[in-house]
Amino acid sequence: MAELYLTSVEKIYGGGFQAVHGIDLHVAEGEFMVLVGPSGCAKSTTLRMIAGLETITAGEIRIGDRVVNELAPGKRGIAMVFQNYALYPHMKVTRNLSFGLKLRGEPRARIEDATARVSGLLEIEELLDRLPKQLSGGQAQRVAVGRALIKSPEVFLFDEPLSNLDAKLRAAMRVRITDLHKRLKEEGRPATVVYVTHDQVEAMTMGDRICVMKDGRIMQVADPTTLYERPANAYVAGFIGMPEMNLVPAVVTRGEDGVALTLGGQTLTIAEGLAHRVHAAEGPVTAGIRPQHLEVCAPGAPGSLSGEIALVEFMGHEVNLHVRVGDETLVAVAPTEVLARRPCRGDPVGLRPNGHRIHLFDPVSEENISLAPQD
Amino acid sequence: MTAVPDTSAAGRARIAAASDVERRRRRREKISAGLRYALLCVVGLFMLYPLIWLIGASFKTNQEMFSSAWFWPANPTVQGYIDGWETSTPYTFGRFFWNSMCIVIPKVIGTAVSSTLVAYGFARFEFPGKKALFAVLIATLLLPDVVTRIPQYLLFRELGWLDTFLPLFVPQFLAWEAFFVFMLVQFLRAIPRDIEEAARVDGANTFQTLIYVVVPMLAPALISVCLFQFMWTMNDFLGPLIYISSIENYPVSLALRLAIDTTEAFNWNQILAMTVLALAPSLIVFFLAQKYFIKGISTGGVKG
Repeated sequence: MAELYLTSVEKIYGGGFQAVHGIDLHVAEGEFMVLVGPSGCAKSTTLRMIAGLETITAGEIRIGDRVVNELAPGKRGIAMVFQNYALYPHMKVTRNLSFGLKLRGEPRARIEDATARVSGLLEIEELLDRLPKQLSGGQAQRVAVGRALIKSPEVFLFDEPLSNLDAKLRAAMRVRITDLHKRLKEEGRPATVVYVTHDQVEAMTMGDRICVMKDGRIMQVADPTTLYERPANAYVAGFIGMPEMNLVPAVVTRGEDGVALTLGGQTLTIAEGLAHRVHAAEGPVTAGIRPQHLEVCAPGAPGSLSGEIALVEFMGHEVNLHVRVGDETLVAVAPTEVLARRPCRGDPVGLRPNGHRIHLFDPVSEENISLAPQD
Repeated sequence: MTAVPDTSAAGRARIAAASDVERRRRRREKISAGLRYALLCVVGLFMLYPLIWLIGASFKTNQEMFSSAWFWPANPTVQGYIDGWETSTPYTFGRFFWNSMCIVIPKVIGTAVSSTLVAYGFARFEFPGKKALFAVLIATLLLPDVVTRIPQYLLFRELGWLDTFLPLFVPQFLAWEAFFVFMLVQFLRAIPRDIEEAARVDGANTFQTLIYVVVPMLAPALISVCLFQFMWTMNDFLGPLIYISSIENYPVSLALRLAIDTTEAFNWNQILAMTVLALAPSLIVFFLAQKYFIKGISTGGVKG
């Protein structure tokens, strides 16, 4: 296993379209790094550049102590799991697994040992004599992971490997891959992984660190907790978390009691939590409040915003309330059991934000201006 | 609501009427299917009758040959096959079959190899002038064959290849048949690139990717290409007629004509017997490869 470094990596296509804008990324040895972002954010392009399936226009990609910019994919010490499995359709599972080792000229005994070890690890022994068309989606995906694993590569690359599976199988495979990564680490063979997904649940549950991308740029690289609690900018704040963070225009004023925040035509004085974190001047900001951090209370309760319920989404264990506050709509999540009765559209309601959890973003640069240095 | 069986007289009448309607519908369907199949059989028989007659007539005597349009021989004989095989030349028909194979086999191999290489290049690689070259390739599809005959003849004469098999198969090693290249390009375009990329990640170079991964996936289309080429070459009359002058080098297509030329009173049963034999290789190859052939020409690629 090895470290992976991307330094000022750019990708400009023939037509002049710049897909990747000088990104820098370091993946530590044995780390599970997830690249996440919406379609078209260049996460797959970045992965393909690491794999050598796309050339890079500028910058440097280093795996361990080798610069691999000009190396063919097979010589980079990587293995890749593709979205569509990409198993060789005419080869049985055994040959699919061993193809890479055969090309390397490994002795037959070693190939057989490796096939047995990997098929045991992934519980695919009974599939070895089948053709890919005789496999279910989950089985095919396990074989694809096995094909990567058998090569003992320096870096594993996963390109949205679970997106073709149904929700239940996806959850199972998520656990299996995470578990596999942990087991390899425990066995003293830590696997450096770069995993591309557009699914934030996958990103949050699988990654040691997550790299959030947008339009070919890295927005933030951090562990899941940091991304959730200390988003660097409004984009990351909105991308991570379900339901999405409420991002609404607001105005900050400072008073004797602390910081006052005016949003939706109402002013809140937030004495605790926020005051010491706001290091921007007074003025317009974008306020970010997660739906989970808005407490549903009686209308007119102290420290709350009053509004009217516009939509109720009953989720079972909790209820998503879309509340009109002035011109803005805020979403709040309330556990079902704390509500005295099932709320209805048109009901007046109060929303009390948790002052410790409010984020303020610069309305122009979208940077988070409410992050305390070591919050 | 519970469903209660309707046992009244009106209910029974309704059920009887419904089953009558169903019976009539089924009868109509059967009659319609019967008519359709009868029509298909008549048209099919009409189309196949010349072939059936050919096979039947090859077992007739010369006297019986044109006495009736009925295919079944009154006095079946294999004399046509025996005499036809011997031919009126110093060579048996076996020699002509051998000559045909000497043309067909290298031609099929050349077509398969060169068309695959060229199609792979066009389908998978970017290079300067690719679009223009592909347009030229497609344009040659529209070029009448006869236009190139004279320049080709002159070229091969200069090379000293006249009366050899070389002019008949060497061009196929240079992806001469644009149709096959086009067919394979279309097929390749429908194959997801992921699989080839997986092979590259596994360490395969371009050539290994082609041999180990692309060619097996291309098999249905390649079999179609080989089959087309096999049948067209077996049937090719003009090519051998232009380039082959010695009887010892004649392929089957010319040899059949030879039988007509050299005898004053045509031994039609011999000609027809040898025609049946000449058809056999194409038919055998077709039926052996039928499954792949249909897959190759009817699908654009492999399922994801």
